[in-house]
Amino acid sequence: MGELTITKHVEYIKSLDKRKDLETALTEHLRMSGAYWGLTSMDLMGHLSEMDKEAIMVWLFKCQHDSGGFSGNVDHDPHILYTLSAVQILALYDELDAIDKEKVAAYISGLQQEDGSFAGDEWGEVDTRFSYCAICCLSLLKRLDKINIRKAVEYIASCKNFDGGFGCNPGGESHAGQIFCCVGALAIAGALDLVDKDLLGWWLCERQVPSGGLNGRPEKLPDVCYSWWVLSSLVMIDRVHWINKDKLKQFILDCQDKEHGGISDRPEDAVDVFHTYFGVAGLSLLEYEGLRPIDPAYALPVDVVDRIFYS
Amino acid sequence: MPSSESDASMEQEEEEKGKHNEDEEDSDAHMDPKEEDDEEDDDEEEQEELQIKWVPLSKRPEWADIQPVSQDDGPYPVVPILYTAQFRETMDYFRAILALDERSPRALLLTEEAIRLNAGNYTVWHFRKLVLQALSYDLWEELKFIERIAKANYKNYQIWHHRRWTAENIGPAAMTTELQFTEEAFLKDAKNYHAWSHRQWVLRTYGGWEEELAFCDKLLHQDIYNNSAWNQRYFVIKNSPFLGGVGAMREHELNYCRDAIAVDSANESPWRYLKGLYKGDDEALPRSTTVPAIVLIELQKNKDCIYALDLLLELLCLGYEPSQELIGALGLQLDSCSAFQIATFVCTHLKEIDTMRMLYWDWRLNALSNASTS
Repeated sequence: MGELTITKHVEYIKSLDKRKDLETALTEHLRMSGAYWGLTSMDLMGHLSEMDKEAIMVWLFKCQHDSGGFSGNVDHDPHILYTLSAVQILALYDELDAIDKEKVAAYISGLQQEDGSFAGDEWGEVDTRFSYCAICCLSLLKRLDKINIRKAVEYIASCKNFDGGFGCNPGGESHAGQIFCCVGALAIAGALDLVDKDLLGWWLCERQVPSGGLNGRPEKLPDVCYSWWVLSSLVMIDRVHWINKDKLKQFILDCQDKEHGGISDRPEDAVDVFHTYFGVAGLSLLEYEGLRPIDPAYALPVDVVDRIFYS
Repeated sequence: MPSSESDASMEQEEEEKGKHNEDEEDSDAHMDPKEEDDEEDDDEEEQEELQIKWVPLSKRPEWADIQPVSQDDGPYPVVPILYTAQFRETMDYFRAILALDERSPRALLLTEEAIRLNAGNYTVWHFRKLVLQALSYDLWEELKFIERIAKANYKNYQIWHHRRWTAENIGPAAMTTELQFTEEAFLKDAKNYHAWSHRQWVLRTYGGWEEELAFCDKLLHQDIYNNSAWNQRYFVIKNSPFLGGVGAMREHELNYCRDAIAVDSANESPWRYLKGLYKGDDEALPRSTTVPAIVLIELQKNKDCIYALDLLLELLCLGYEPSQELIGALGLQLDSCSAFQIATFVCTHLKEIDTMRMLYWDWRLNALSNASTS
């Protein structure tokens, strides 16, 4: 089996901040999530200290709005997606005390709808992704009491399908990304008893295709990002041993650019920070040697989560 | 997140597909926020067109009073390609009108230019909504604008969100156009997650259920492996006010599954759909005569059919007494088998043929033994 070329991936992530190409311009509105992916990857590989924390913090605070929410970049509107990314970055750096937690919590609780679901921002798009963002974020801030958690859980449960999976809204097709969000939110809320673990576990392990990679829905191609979404869900419901871990490990390693660093969706494709993060996080869940362990629900290194809740 | 991210907008592509539809491109909305799309060729064409026609905003008299606001990017140089220059200037003017909160006709045109360059920029879409409201703009025209933008961006979160907002503001009169809009999207990718989500919203909010089962049937005829269409079919039988619910439709749907399975018994979707017909009513499953008949037909064709063996295992666990014909199809002796022995045989066989999931079947085997001893 090949090896994870950590040194190359570290260099790749460090180079991202200096790029000024078209791709960078087109993704500038989601830079907060990009920063979270890059920084978490660096932390899992044990190289977080090589990033410029001070500059990142200055920029991050410029992205907070009067409402308490964070935007994807300076000059953009706040959104729950980027608010979670910002809080996760603060957690990585042990700087959660640097923000007004009540204000962030007020922003999030203001997005909860009558039926328990969450909107992504003031414009009202509702999706179980946002339920995860809200619950994960408030838990990290220790402010889960600011929302109606019972209704939030009921809404997620209403998105459960006949195959045991979850979709974005009630009736939406099961999709591994949405499943991660729903199972993650239920895990944090202490409501995993609402998951049909055996039925969902089989659906999830059926996502593994002969190449060893995982897809996100039946009849789709495998993609490294599902190494995180499927795998973390299986870990949370205690069924991860149902897949072939060695074959998955090999699939992820085959998606590396060993020369320039970074990981792609499938072997031989172009790398990006999103798939680099998912590849590294997936390998961490697979207990790859040399990587620090990641928490499957919070998507942060285990010691970061422990520091928040147990110190 | 990936979490969060996962969220982030899931867009990116997962392109494709599986073994079965090789000639089409399929991408999935998954969750990566990059919002790119598969239809790169279209994108390129569109961009070329834009570049040919583009007159820098700084050279247009109607923008002479605006001082563009550039983004602070530090000491690194901008890559000097035309597209990037256009992108930059457009965004500099956008930042300027955003700062001025100018909700004017020219601001609306500028958001259109910015969206054409990067349909993923959610801040531009947000501002466009404010301008549309301020101008009391004709939302039917806005639907047409979205259709033009969507052609190259069917997998973009922001477009679908904006479409939904526009249709919501128009009201029930938008039902037909919205159903048609999703059909356009399905022509490019019949598994487009956003489009299915939009379609379900239209049905729930404005109706249009009458033809929906036939629509699912049409898509399944085009691609029997389309799990999204199977999911929609379940959504319809469960929620349509005209069909009476899952229980009432069960026998009809079992026959539909039987025919789909006959095409390819390795197709995961109809088998899961079939089990879904008994969701919450497990006890009815072993009483069915149609279900064991489907299992028998498939095992007679192929005794290694994983989904047929799995369903047989499920039946046995629920107390189903197998016929001699079914036992024979497994290659077992007719007289010496208890239900437990048959289930153990099935499970052991599954473990041998589905090696990727060997440990799952091992767990099922253990669960059988535990159930028999307890």
